Amino acid sequence: MPSEVLSAAPAATARPGAPARHLIEVVGVEKIFGDVATGHRALEAINILIEEKEFFTLLGPSGCGKTTLLRMIAGFEHPTTGEIWLQGKDVASLPPRERPVNMVFQNYALFPHLTVSQNVAFGLEMLRWKKADITARVQETLSLVKLAHFANRKPAQLSGGQQQRVALARALAPRPQVLLLDEPLSALDLKLRKEMQFELKRLQRETGITFILVTHDQEEALAMSDRIAVMNTGRVQQIGTPEEIYDHPTNRFVADFIGEANLIPGESLGRRADAIIAVRPEKIEIARPGVTPRISGVVDVATFLGSDTLMEITIPGGRLRARIRGAAKLPQGTEVGLVWETEAERELLD
Amino acid sequence: MATTMQTAARRKIRPFDWRHNPGFGIFSLIVMGFLYLPLAILVIYSFNANRFVTVWTGFSLHWFSRVANNGDIRHAAWVSVLVGVLATICSTAIAIAAALGFERGGRFKGEAAANSLVMMPLVVPEIVTAITTLIFFSSIGFHYGVLNLVLAHTVFCVPFAMLPIQARLNTIGTAYEDAGRDLYGGEWRIFMRITLPLMVPGIMAGAILAFVTSLDDFLISFMVSSAGTTTLPVYVYGMMRLGVTPEVNAISTILLVISAALALVAFLISRPNEAGAAASAATPAATATT
Repeated sequence: MPSEVLSAAPAATARPGAPARHLIEVVGVEKIFGDVATGHRALEAINILIEEKEFFTLLGPSGCGKTTLLRMIAGFEHPTTGEIWLQGKDVASLPPRERPVNMVFQNYALFPHLTVSQNVAFGLEMLRWKKADITARVQETLSLVKLAHFANRKPAQLSGGQQQRVALARALAPRPQVLLLDEPLSALDLKLRKEMQFELKRLQRETGITFILVTHDQEEALAMSDRIAVMNTGRVQQIGTPEEIYDHPTNRFVADFIGEANLIPGESLGRRADAIIAVRPEKIEIARPGVTPRISGVVDVATFLGSDTLMEITIPGGRLRARIRGAAKLPQGTEVGLVWETEAERELLD
Repeated sequence: MATTMQTAARRKIRPFDWRHNPGFGIFSLIVMGFLYLPLAILVIYSFNANRFVTVWTGFSLHWFSRVANNGDIRHAAWVSVLVGVLATICSTAIAIAAALGFERGGRFKGEAAANSLVMMPLVVPEIVTAITTLIFFSSIGFHYGVLNLVLAHTVFCVPFAMLPIQARLNTIGTAYEDAGRDLYGGEWRIFMRITLPLMVPGIMAGAILAFVTSLDDFLISFMVSSAGTTTLPVYVYGMMRLGVTPEVNAISTILLVISAALALVAFLISRPNEAGAAASAATPAATATT
């Protein structure tokens, strides 16, 4: 294919003498908006390593700094202190156009006065590709996102999902090293969002490009990511695979933010007073007669959900939610003993 | 059952609406009358066949042809259009630069003060501007006829040209330009390929407003113009001193129609349109399917 030999996005050259390491290294990054002494500290002590061909997600509530970090990798923001290495080159102070990184913006930011194919061709024209190569690459990218028939439409003539695909095509056309996605699915309705989740996974597999996704939706993050960095108040709380983050949260925030978790004070279980024990509702079972329960409580509400029953149970020092398999016919006020496997619980110390 | 439903419907509380205040309709009519009746009368009498302005005898285009065949009026009209076009070009160029500075230049010290200074001609009494401009030109010995008029008009047209351009830049937002930077565009190419095309409706509206303002100006033109550089409003004023003739009505009608038409065009193109709506790109077209 002729376009293969073309220079794609400006290639970052390796740092002399340094071993090839990770695709992206965010090292000790801090960002303060406004005055260094009094300004708003948006990011603190961020250290993240991202590998090639990885689907990496920055997950956190709004205002946690995830978008700032993404915009920093894109080059729209610059760290107050710290380094951002891309393919062994420090890019922290480079403008966006000198980074082999493209972005899918939150509201897509498709150029409204240009057609779909002109939008997709834009980056290639800026890189001064040859006309014939641009035409070929635009067609190739549009068929990749299944929009080949819409080349001559204006963005306003497309549905939200189609605009999303154009934004993806526009960002993928220059063959970037990294694709950044800023809440790309937030403007779509639920059904389309599920569809686009698969679509994004497919595109990532087919192109072999590293994707970095920003989202506040933990389900989305769990479904799509190879690894997730959970962020809160400008700090990384935990980095790991979806399974690690779900099953082994390292602190209270992660346990609470990802899925649902019961945070039981250590005292109630006869443990250290400063510890908090996290247990997922679906891991809790009702103790059979003769089994010593870990904790006892009184059924407050039991809601039958079809495949299982959601129970709210009052325990000493708090409340607890348990998802019991099947229909547990326990009326309000019933005293129950509760058990769970030792592997199912996490002791958190903060 | 039916009765209860009717009562329920009758009891439905209407939200407060100014239009339901007593006398609102009458008041509006009176205001509209004061605003537009004199204009209507002027326009009607410009088609009057009679030599006297107040006596209607029949429909005629006589006074329009008199206007068209009057060499002095034609010259004054030519000066007005020439000054208007040149002042529009200059003031719009300045306004584009100023609007970009305010909307895209980042925050700078004294930004609010600078903005107020640019907008000053809107609030300074025109007579003050007119007299100071006159004094300024004569004190530096600047007497270049039409050029004086163009300079003076350019100055007071800048805020009119800038308002819609600045509003447009604000509506566009910076996301498109950020997308351009992300797609390897240099600042100049982004400006030419993205910012400028998206600014066009604002620029057109600004230019038209500037032209209309220049065309309608009397006080400043009156002070600054000299023999041979009389603009149309100044010429009409001169005619008025000899009494209101039907010719004055005819000229006024022409000016009115041109101004109103241009203002309408400016309004239509600066309205939130397709391009503006696409800024909130999440709105899908109803006809499109995935």
